[in-house]
Amino acid sequence: MSRITRRPPPPTRHRMPRKAFAWQLGLYALLVLLALVYVYPFLVQLATSVKTEADAAADPVSLVPDPLTWAAYGRLFLRSDFPVWFANSAVVTILVTAGRVFFDSLAGYALARLTFRGRGVVYAALVAVMAVPTVVLLIPKFLVINQLGIYDSYAGMVLPLLVDAAGVFIMKNFFESVPRSVEEQARIDGAGTFRIFWSVVLPMARPALVTIVILSFQGSWNELSHFIVAAQSPELTTLTKGVASLASGQLSQGSQYPIKLAAAAIMTIPVAVVFFVFQRRIMNTSEGAVKE
Amino acid sequence: MSVLASPRDAAPRRAGSPRGIRHGEAVAGWLFTLPVLVILGVFLLVPVLMALWVSFSDWSGRGSPLSSGVGFVGLDNYAAVTTGGGLAERDFGVALRNNAWYVLLVVPLQTGLALFLAVLVNRAVLRGRGVFRTAFYFPSVTSSVAITVLWLFLFSTSGVVNTILARVGIAGPNWFNEPSGVLHNLLGALGVRTGPDVLTQHGFLGVTWWDWLAGPSVAMSAFVLMAIFTTSGTFMLLFIAGLQNITPEVEEAAMVDGANAWQRFWRITLPQLKPTLFTVLTLGLIGCWQVFDQIYTGTQGGPGKTTLTPAYLSYQSAFLSQEWGQGAAIAFILFVIIVLLTILQRWVLRDRPDVPRRVRRRGRAPSATVTSTTEDAR
Repeated sequence: MSRITRRPPPPTRHRMPRKAFAWQLGLYALLVLLALVYVYPFLVQLATSVKTEADAAADPVSLVPDPLTWAAYGRLFLRSDFPVWFANSAVVTILVTAGRVFFDSLAGYALARLTFRGRGVVYAALVAVMAVPTVVLLIPKFLVINQLGIYDSYAGMVLPLLVDAAGVFIMKNFFESVPRSVEEQARIDGAGTFRIFWSVVLPMARPALVTIVILSFQGSWNELSHFIVAAQSPELTTLTKGVASLASGQLSQGSQYPIKLAAAAIMTIPVAVVFFVFQRRIMNTSEGAVKE
Repeated sequence: MSVLASPRDAAPRRAGSPRGIRHGEAVAGWLFTLPVLVILGVFLLVPVLMALWVSFSDWSGRGSPLSSGVGFVGLDNYAAVTTGGGLAERDFGVALRNNAWYVLLVVPLQTGLALFLAVLVNRAVLRGRGVFRTAFYFPSVTSSVAITVLWLFLFSTSGVVNTILARVGIAGPNWFNEPSGVLHNLLGALGVRTGPDVLTQHGFLGVTWWDWLAGPSVAMSAFVLMAIFTTSGTFMLLFIAGLQNITPEVEEAAMVDGANAWQRFWRITLPQLKPTLFTVLTLGLIGCWQVFDQIYTGTQGGPGKTTLTPAYLSYQSAFLSQEWGQGAAIAFILFVIIVLLTILQRWVLRDRPDVPRRVRRRGRAPSATVTSTTEDAR
């Protein structure tokens, strides 16, 4: 290794910067082009949501509405079930996120720190659970929800989503990376297990908790299939279910693209906000996930 | 809980005897994991067992599947969708065909594009890395429902895609209403409109070999593009993380030895990315066999059943046609398919002890230094 670095630089070195610069220029041109392809659909979505139906059909490519109208948004919020859908999604998302933060970290802490008979079995069971594809669970989940008598209720929509095995793993991995010394100090001071967890360990776990918040928020806000099998009444419709029904042509005659795209845009806003607020964390999260 | 809630009372006893600490920990351990175990047990393990029973029963959706009126029918439901010779078998065959083509296209394309984007973003030494990363990742955070609605607009008959195609002189297809297979269309352009008897007279799962080879329908191709658009960003992040874990020394040594960028990528970067590549391929494969949201929102299996997938068919059979046994049977067959393919992939990509040696031998050709550095780096 050292032998190589101490070698005299190759003679071509002086020509490199210009060549490298051209390289970088080409690279940036390509990146900008690709970024446009990725961003343009969302710009079209926003633009079309403030177009008239005729304008949207006549010039779908244009990003400039002519004339600009908020009719689609007015229709959604004032004369449709859209506010109900939004409220349902918000309630479910908040409950699920809170539940996952608490239960996932509890279980993660137990698996990382507490020694108890059967820990290995619990761990193996969680691994097995993670291997089951969610789509296979559509019919099964409905059967149990129905059997328990919580079909078509908030309980049926929220309870099954309240914990997730992946979140337990993230918390377990985090707690294993934290030194034990602080907890031992608290233990010597006479604190019980739950007290140590609640007032010593959990506050230190903020980075991992933020990860759980992001993942649960995104997961439950964007969840569709579970709500399809857990409820049917209109007052329990979530955004995903409602907008999906819009897409297949309820509420409207004709294509009604401005309304559909306005609905899709609004449902994207909360996850987009979370994404931009926690952007650095999201990017780092997946980096951490791979290293493990 | 009371012990846990008032820790101070319990503390002296625990401090007194080590067995007390162990015992307290055991109780706490089980209490802490109990909520997760109960919820996952009730809403995951029990459901799977119940559905397994339903897949062997003639339950019609009325009342409880566990009531006495429901009969055991053995493998009848499985037989109906695999060898029945009826509509159920044909639908299942068509769904498998559609999804197989989807997987065949999406998995390599999304992996390739994600790797390409990761390498590009990683090479950018000036500014704006973060901006590009954000742009490529953003589609991944939006819900599949919202993206599908957007896609229906972009790919509508006189939508954005067709308008842009028209500007460069191409008459775009009627995307989501076009059931014809892409490969059949290509063959049709070459003048081949019907297959040889060998292919059209025989088949599998009620679908002739000729139809198996139709390729994804034009409508399914739009979904393929959507999947690539939405997932490449996530996998790009995984690849970027993988790239940043690679120490630059090996590549620098190869550069000094005169290996060009292309050679360095294939011989040095890619082999070191193998763990990430494995993760991405596995996640992609598992995800692609579960296509449901897009179909539910967008096409409900149409046009001509060419976007029907096993996951959607399972839902449709149970919830819409009330064929609960068949729906559950399809779900379990799908489960087995996913497990088998994951194992197969694991086996194909396994670490073969002779492969690194062969790579090393080839690497020796330009100069010996690359070899020694590779070994140093390990």
